[in-house]
Amino acid sequence: MNQTTEKLPRLIAFFAVGILFGIIMTKSEAISWFRIYEMFRFESFHMFGIIGTAVVIGAIAMFLMKKSNLKTLRDTAVSYTPMNFNLPRHIIAGTIFGLGWALVGSCPGPMYILLGHGYWMFALIILSAVLGTYTYGVVKDKLPH
Amino acid sequence: MNIIEIISQPWHWAFSGAMIALVLILLTWMGRSFGVSMSFKNICSISGAGKKNTFFNINLKDEYWRMIFVLGGIVGGTIGFTLLKSPEPVAIADATIQSLKGLGFDYPASDEKGLGFVPTDMYNFGNLKGVIFAILGGFLVGFGSRYGDGCTSGHAISGLSHLQISSLITVIGFFIGGLIMTHLLMPIFFTL
Repeated sequence: MNQTTEKLPRLIAFFAVGILFGIIMTKSEAISWFRIYEMFRFESFHMFGIIGTAVVIGAIAMFLMKKSNLKTLRDTAVSYTPMNFNLPRHIIAGTIFGLGWALVGSCPGPMYILLGHGYWMFALIILSAVLGTYTYGVVKDKLPH
Repeated sequence: MNIIEIISQPWHWAFSGAMIALVLILLTWMGRSFGVSMSFKNICSISGAGKKNTFFNINLKDEYWRMIFVLGGIVGGTIGFTLLKSPEPVAIADATIQSLKGLGFDYPASDEKGLGFVPTDMYNFGNLKGVIFAILGGFLVGFGSRYGDGCTSGHAISGLSHLQISSLITVIGFFIGGLIMTHLLMPIFFTL
């Protein structure tokens, strides 16, 4: 595989896709703490509809992109490197993440987007997420993988 | 209604989901995979964590696209909140509004911006409890996403679209944690 690194024009394109992502997540209301709270209480179909639709369309698109041997702009094939399967790791890691997701009502993408809305608390939340990531790097050899 | 007014309305879930799939498709076509949480690791690496720990010793040039993408997300948020601002706060379910009262949140007034995005009654810098929960929640998200090798974008969207069983299990974990926090811990935490 060709491991090219993006030059400026391509980086600008990624910036544009990022802007699109920020707008989509805002208008879909998926970045709302209250929508996440509502989702975990199963009181609305909204979030499940969003994730479900994204996955169904995404799965069809990924299948077609692989099937047609589409070359990406980096001249690579569309593929996905599977994780080493480890049930305890997936469950424990997922649960830790979920506890934080529900508490701050925000997963990583929305943290940045809400910062763009001027909810300054998310600067602290992102900083803390960076600290959590660093802590994982320090203790990772002691955890099941 | 002009085009800006139409886009400014809250989007239907089906259209929203399709648009998120479009982001996945665009990033895949551009030769990268959808994942936001890795940006936290990038920040560690930029800050020099690689000198102390080889886990953070990564080729940052290969991650420029992600940092730029995330910066775009911040700008997209600003645009969504200004130019494309919704005329009304997020229309959550009545049952949810009722249960929020139990947490001490009046909806939508508990968001100082009146948008229904963040309960600033809790999450503001003048509230020590909110600051502690922000630090705790952020830490759990950062730790969990790196340990799980991905967050909502990497597992729930990208991983599931690639039919990954490990992503499915991780997403089940997201819900185990989310349900424990929402139903067991938050009622205690927020009413302390």
